[in-house]
Amino acid sequence: MTTPQTVVNVGADLLADAVADQAVAVTRVDWRPPMDGTATDLATVAADPRRRAANDRALAAMLGVTATLVDVVPAAEALGLEPGQFLHAGPPIGWDRASGPLRGALMGGAALEGLVADPEDAVALFESGRGVSLEPCHHRGAVGPMAGVVTPSMWVFVLEDPATGRRTHCTLNEGLGKVLRYGAYSPEVLTRLRWMGDVLGPLLQRAVRTVRDSEAGPVDVTGILTQMLQMGDEAHNRNRAGTLMLLRDLSPAMVASVDAGAAASDVAEALRFIGGNDHFFLNLAMPACKLALDAARGIEGSTMVVAMARNGTDFGIQVAGTGDEWFTGPAQLADGLYLGDYGPEDANPDIGDSAITETAGIGGFAMATAPAIVRFVGGSVPDALATTRRMHEITLGENPRWSVPVLEFQGTPTGIDVTRVCRTGILPQINTGMAGKLAGVGQVGAGLVTPPAEIFPKALARLAELAAGSRRT
Amino acid sequence: MTTLTHVELRPGAYADSVTLLQVSRVAQGLDGVLAAQVAMATALNIEVLTEMGFEVPPQAGTNDLVVALRLETPDALAGALAGVDEALRAANRREEGSATIAPPRTTSSALRRSLDTSGHDTVALVSVPGPNAFVEAMDAVDAGRDVMVFSDNVPLDQEIVLKRAAADRGVLVMGPDCGTAVVGGLGLGFANVVSPGPVGIVAASGTGCQQLLVLLDHAGVGATSALGVGGRDLSSEVRGLATREALRRLDEDPGVELIVLVSKPPADDVADEIGAYVASLGTPVELALLGPGRPDLTAAAESVLHRLGRQVPSWPVDPPETFGRVNGTALRGLFVGGTLASEARLIATEALGADAGHTFVDFGDDEYTAGRAHPMIDPSIRLEHLARAAADPTTGVLLLDVVLGHGAEPDPAAALAPAIAAVDRPVVVAVVGTDADPQGRDRQVRALVAAGAEVHLSNAGATRRAIELLGETR
Repeated sequence: MTTPQTVVNVGADLLADAVADQAVAVTRVDWRPPMDGTATDLATVAADPRRRAANDRALAAMLGVTATLVDVVPAAEALGLEPGQFLHAGPPIGWDRASGPLRGALMGGAALEGLVADPEDAVALFESGRGVSLEPCHHRGAVGPMAGVVTPSMWVFVLEDPATGRRTHCTLNEGLGKVLRYGAYSPEVLTRLRWMGDVLGPLLQRAVRTVRDSEAGPVDVTGILTQMLQMGDEAHNRNRAGTLMLLRDLSPAMVASVDAGAAASDVAEALRFIGGNDHFFLNLAMPACKLALDAARGIEGSTMVVAMARNGTDFGIQVAGTGDEWFTGPAQLADGLYLGDYGPEDANPDIGDSAITETAGIGGFAMATAPAIVRFVGGSVPDALATTRRMHEITLGENPRWSVPVLEFQGTPTGIDVTRVCRTGILPQINTGMAGKLAGVGQVGAGLVTPPAEIFPKALARLAELAAGSRRT
Repeated sequence: MTTLTHVELRPGAYADSVTLLQVSRVAQGLDGVLAAQVAMATALNIEVLTEMGFEVPPQAGTNDLVVALRLETPDALAGALAGVDEALRAANRREEGSATIAPPRTTSSALRRSLDTSGHDTVALVSVPGPNAFVEAMDAVDAGRDVMVFSDNVPLDQEIVLKRAAADRGVLVMGPDCGTAVVGGLGLGFANVVSPGPVGIVAASGTGCQQLLVLLDHAGVGATSALGVGGRDLSSEVRGLATREALRRLDEDPGVELIVLVSKPPADDVADEIGAYVASLGTPVELALLGPGRPDLTAAAESVLHRLGRQVPSWPVDPPETFGRVNGTALRGLFVGGTLASEARLIATEALGADAGHTFVDFGDDEYTAGRAHPMIDPSIRLEHLARAAADPTTGVLLLDVVLGHGAEPDPAAALAPAIAAVDRPVVVAVVGTDADPQGRDRQVRALVAAGAEVHLSNAGATRRAIELLGETR
């Protein structure tokens, strides 16, 4: 037998020293005990004969998806939303437990739909529950940033995987500051939403359809993500390059729509709105990530996380091998910087479906590629490099498409593995905006946040239960 | 004088047992410290702490670090705690090559990284606590890498799953509870430094393998690979899954002329299966099956030498100038090597009969190692029992083993020789090692002989000599 060139040592350092003394390279694992109470479940899941192939399949399925922008239509049409039906971010929740920003967004949404004249009147409506219902975006093939409220009249992007025809959806981004998704519902918020429905949506629809039906084919959202990750965007808190590339792809068709009767002033306003909103592309990055991750749903035996989402009260995850079950715990407060005079006492716990970007390996996971915003979320450049490297400890693989130049073009850490999270205690790192905790306030800051640790052992326990069950049958 | 006893729990702080042993030693040497123990709160360590007179809080769990100090005066506490903290910090400090890259946290991550740099021929060595070992070892099997599982206390069902997966993927699992391996000349775990040579060993026993290696080395016959498979591999549950893979590897190695399989006799049905497999190999296999009425390890070594057409040398014996007097009637065997302990028991039982009051304790057994280092690394448990046996009037002769090689403590005679010198009975020691071992067998032998022990290379020889000395009293 040949002499090993490298020994990976996990455990007593003394045994590693003995190997090093024989002039053979040693990689030392910095092993620590797993999260409390997970040792038995970890062994059960590791022993599941389906695990390895299932995880390979889940990762490959996810990496195989490309997302193209095929349409922009009202949610009523795309999602079958009826008056009184409201979608929201995160795992399921009712009005009674809803946080301030979610309530604010629902109130504004009710006014937008004409269910109430004044948003304040919506409180009684939601308390009574008459004629209104709440459902997670994720349950309807959609994702929503922050409060993530979707009402029937809101226009949504439609993303499609050309290989399978599967689709996902997301509303149009309103910009920063006093906006509905941060829980604001003042008249300016509703005025902007109405303009988005009356002017921006139809203009985008025409442009997206024109591009889609052209020789070039639909906008390749996955391809833009590939490029923007090399241009300083991590596609969660920084979407500047992505937004401008989208504008590049859509603006000729938008300008040409003037010939088809659109008002030049409307087109100019739409272009100005998109170009001036650095986060406009976030609402394409998110459904692109969901489209990829949805391909891994329902793969029995897989321990890969397919969704991380927060409703402002609970943080929930879904896992490929556990069907549609949500594993939830209390949403945490982000650690970061505050706008103006706002402080930690003003912030609501973590909210939004946007952690779908981290679930897909970008956002906080690709922090190393976005040094421009490390200070915005209260960090340093070395922290950013360390964060991306640390996320490789809890992921199944790397995304060959999405690479990080400063890390020698290493692929982004992809496919959060519940078992690796429980083994290392390393929690997924999420970049996030912070909403004010009172309804109506809007954004108060941005920062870094992690899921509540306990949801991973909960998911692991379910995986172990299913693994044990599959062996008996 | 008012002494102070201080016990504190540090939840979530973790260090391995070897590190904590070093920290405890440092703590014991601090000013004003009468006794000190820094350990994870495993059941065994709690027992040790209780015996030392420390009261461990009932909520202590295995993930909690216990710092227990007995101080001459209460004012020594702050200084002692600072000393403990400094020792813990020093022990946890790791060299960081390029400061920004944190070390891998799992075996799979480490394998992924080493795959990037070296490509091939990576072996994983797992010595985390038993309940956590399977998960790490499975990472190696998943990555298609051979793995040695040094950890003991690994559940049998996990061993079976691990080895079945390994067999499917052509991966070799050495262990669990595998103390010794030599892979292509590289010693893993406790391994003696021997010359390369024509013998390949497959061993279900670590110290059995080491005894064979050093005897053959003394006879001028080297070995390039010695693959441990773990003590349960040839049981009817595990069915020799690792033994087959190890045999296949050695059979494929053109440098191996003779394979030696060292084990307790396997279960009957497993013996048939392994026998059939052995018959299918191109390389001859010498079976060294240890048990009642069977040849001992030294006889097995001799038989290997015969088969290779080599001379059998006389096995070295180094007698002391004077021997202690034999008073009692019992043989007290205190071992760090499990197979060496059972070999001594077998030989003594054959010569003296069972139930004659003789004892053979293996301090490397699971019951002594949960949450603490192996006695080849941490000699304290055996030294304690040695003092107890020496004070026992029924003790006639003491029989010990000292196992050298990579991984073992750097100078076992340093602590053992003074302890032997304090014993007034004859002490016979088998020193299993080679002169090329880091501890240098010749140096160890000299120190032990000077302390009054008679030293053998052959454990069977040492046992027979101890029996003979015991007989001189009658």
